[in-house]
Amino acid sequence: MTGVRSRTQLIRRRALLVGGVQIGLIGLLVGRLVQLQVLEGERYSRRAEDNRTAERLLAPERGEILDRRGRPLARNRETYRLLLVPEKAGPIDAALDEIGRLAALGPTARERVRRTVQTQPGFEPVVVLDDMSWEEMARLSLAIAEREGIFTNAAQRRIYPLGPAAAHAIGYVGRVSRKDLERSDGASLLRMPDFRIGKTGVERTQDETLRGAAGTRLMEITSTGRQRRELGRQEGLSGETLHLTLDANLQRFAAGLFGEETGAAILMDIRSGGLLATVSAPSFDPGAFHDGITDRQEWLSLAGDPLHPLSNRAVSGQYAPGSTFKIVVALAALEARVVSADQRFFCNGVHELGTGRFHCWRRGGHGHVDLFKALQQSCDIYFYEIAQRTGIDRIAAMARKLGFGAATGVELPGEYNGLIPTKAWKREARDESWHVGETLLAGIGQGYVLATPIQLATMTARLANGTHAILPRLIGGESPSELGIDRRFLRIVRKSLAAVTGSRRGTAWNARIAEAGFEMAGKTGTSQVRRISRLERRLGVRKNEDLPREQRDHALFVGYAPADKPRYAAAVVVEHGSSGSKTAAPIARDLLLAAQKAETVGS
Amino acid sequence: MKAWEVRQPGLGVGGLLLRIDWVLVILLALTTAVGFAMLYSAAGGNIQPWAGPHALRFGAGLVVMMAVALIDIRFWLRCAYPIYAASLLLVIGVEFLGEVGMGAQRWLKLGPLSVQPSEFMKIALVLALARHFHALDEREANSWPWLLLALALIAAPALLVARQPDLGTAAMIGAGGVALLFLGGVSWRLFALFGIAAGALVPAVWYGLKDYQRDRVLTFLDPERDLAGAGYHGFQSKIGIGSGGEFGKGYLEGTQSHLGFLPESHTDFIFAVISEEFGLAGGLFVLALYLAVMGYGFAIGFMARNDFARLLAFGVTFTFFLFVFANVAMVAGLIPVVGVPLPFISYGGTAMLTLQIGFGLVLSAKVYRDVEMEEDAAGRPAGPGSIAAMR
Repeated sequence: MTGVRSRTQLIRRRALLVGGVQIGLIGLLVGRLVQLQVLEGERYSRRAEDNRTAERLLAPERGEILDRRGRPLARNRETYRLLLVPEKAGPIDAALDEIGRLAALGPTARERVRRTVQTQPGFEPVVVLDDMSWEEMARLSLAIAEREGIFTNAAQRRIYPLGPAAAHAIGYVGRVSRKDLERSDGASLLRMPDFRIGKTGVERTQDETLRGAAGTRLMEITSTGRQRRELGRQEGLSGETLHLTLDANLQRFAAGLFGEETGAAILMDIRSGGLLATVSAPSFDPGAFHDGITDRQEWLSLAGDPLHPLSNRAVSGQYAPGSTFKIVVALAALEARVVSADQRFFCNGVHELGTGRFHCWRRGGHGHVDLFKALQQSCDIYFYEIAQRTGIDRIAAMARKLGFGAATGVELPGEYNGLIPTKAWKREARDESWHVGETLLAGIGQGYVLATPIQLATMTARLANGTHAILPRLIGGESPSELGIDRRFLRIVRKSLAAVTGSRRGTAWNARIAEAGFEMAGKTGTSQVRRISRLERRLGVRKNEDLPREQRDHALFVGYAPADKPRYAAAVVVEHGSSGSKTAAPIARDLLLAAQKAETVGS
Repeated sequence: MKAWEVRQPGLGVGGLLLRIDWVLVILLALTTAVGFAMLYSAAGGNIQPWAGPHALRFGAGLVVMMAVALIDIRFWLRCAYPIYAASLLLVIGVEFLGEVGMGAQRWLKLGPLSVQPSEFMKIALVLALARHFHALDEREANSWPWLLLALALIAAPALLVARQPDLGTAAMIGAGGVALLFLGGVSWRLFALFGIAAGALVPAVWYGLKDYQRDRVLTFLDPERDLAGAGYHGFQSKIGIGSGGEFGKGYLEGTQSHLGFLPESHTDFIFAVISEEFGLAGGLFVLALYLAVMGYGFAIGFMARNDFARLLAFGVTFTFFLFVFANVAMVAGLIPVVGVPLPFISYGGTAMLTLQIGFGLVLSAKVYRDVEMEEDAAGRPAGPGSIAAMR
């Protein structure tokens, strides 16, 4: 009996022991729970919060672009879209067929939708129809009201009221490219599917101002990233409205002046440097880029066009300035005091330098020529002479003072520097020494010299302004520094330029402004596209109009008005326009007159 | 008198029902109700697909439990070895006929039912070992032939289940068996000897492993080494528990479970849902329920009048404890992730039925506390209880 009793006691003792261990282990669990939930609870709460929430961006509305009188140059319009949620809409082809029965749905659009569906999660909506009218949206909404997975919504679309007339200056917006992402160090806003970024023009250079700040939506998400509900929202900041110096009417007018011609025209306020119009022809439709040009044919026709409609010639076109550069040479010579205003040279049509012969554009020559007559009639021989006396480096220094040789910094992308050669430049760039003959060529704006239309306009504005180194601009800008050219010299040159249009013998007499008080002063120029061979000169095949178009010279004109109290400056390049006086000067005349009229009318 | 006679003479079914420990039954029902509520939450506020069937299964299991409880404990004593043998056959059957589920062979299709024989084995082993030690005195229990027999009873199912490979269940069978060896009176010295031997083996095995194998073992032991892969579930579970804080996020408000970050939130990881929605308070309440159930199991063991009933009650209670501990420790990141459900709360039929049968046996020990045990193998007289005393 004692054996039995002791065995019972043993089992009970051991059971107590085992029970104690169990209680101990449960205690361990309690301790663990206290550790996780009380001591480290905050840390795990944060992790749980990180798990379940995701910030989604709200696209801010892009700022509008207005002209100097508040007229819209770029604005936003509400447009309506039809979207499809693949995982809810059922088989994609059937869904597209269904939409196709309700509205026009082309094969390219179908293909795009099918491709997009394959690359993104099934709960992410895909745009099927874009840019619908309100009526169409209303009709479709009614038709699909009961259909799961297909819905309509509103979106913003960028509208350019001036269309092609201001396409280069304003630019356009388009889908964010990989390059855009790299450039803006991956701002998360750019990753939004509906976000549009400025691609060229002011839209690009002022993109960050126009963009605004993204709002955020705090979303509850599941472990697979599906959005469940909105937890909170912080509205974004709309982009700033941008006021440009451009004048919508003058811009449209300027673009119209080119007709079939190609080239660039710039109209500038000589006091502020503000651009009233900047045109590059031919142009394109800036609205076509909103969704990215999907039609390959359309893209090729723009990018592959031999006339390069996408390039902004106003800042990216580099031309030999031709005789318009004589303004620079004259001022350089006067400043260097190698010539006085009334000093005369004899022009017999040819200037000989060693074995080289340099011709004047007028075969018979101009006879005795002083500075006034040389600018008025654009005598080449006179400028060969004074250029040689001044030397290339002093010409280059004057050119730089007037704005050549470096980008002006106007708020447009893709601006070129042009080229003002010096002896040092040639040694470095070509590893050759400078020839005097090259100085003579530079003296009439040919040879190495290259200038952009915006630089030509800047030179003209500085000449007309007389005291400040005016900088071209579309928005604000810094106040200009002193010009640093003797005002007597500037007056002498301006008097001569007034005679270019103001006297019968002037090269642009035919393009003068006859209305009293609105007179224009200026200088014609011809930019040689090809050299005239000696054989051609002898045979007399010299008339530019007889050559095929792409071999004809570019026509240039720079001018300002009113001639006696300058207010506006203009620079015009007509590519292959042959003669500055016949093709470029009339455009400048019309522009300057319109600008003055616009001011008096106050439209 | 036949040992397996269902009715005790003089006591009708009503009288027997009165002797059932109803508090224990209510505690189990309460635990199941917690399970129902949490499965309702895990399904995003739906009775289907888990909460409803869970309640129905408990109801069906309850009938089984009552039946087991009302059957004379002497019948169970008689049948202990046959039941063990049948369970072992089922475990072996799984080897050949089993369905692969969750990467391990452990389901056996019997008509419309899918069962995990390894689950039943946990109780069958307790029965067999209780029967084994019931017939032995302390000296015999420590004699080699009997000891080896006991070890064989444990090792056979444990090794078979480990081969499936279901290491978690194998470890539980092993642990339950060892606990019964201890309760049954096997000497301390033997335990010490085995402990030292096992300890000595660890470094030997460790240095025999290749680098990648060691890496795998380390990741098994510390899943946070590989958060994106093997450690993901464990870590998300810890986030679920920790983020619950003292009082939780509120019923149906758990983000980890409702947004799909918690894996298996309706089965093995349901404790994380409780902890997330009800915080430390909820976790402690559930643990308190389990402690109460264990307390009743112990009490019945202490009141028992023979070794079989004692060992049976302690053994089943210990198995129950193993479920609770392994599950909560796993969910709380204390031990590696092994597939052990939370008793009466996790969704899943076999574990619940197994434990209901186990507690049926415990209840039977209570109901038939006073029956006279037939003489055991060693010819020792039975315990002091007698039917006459009951009257």
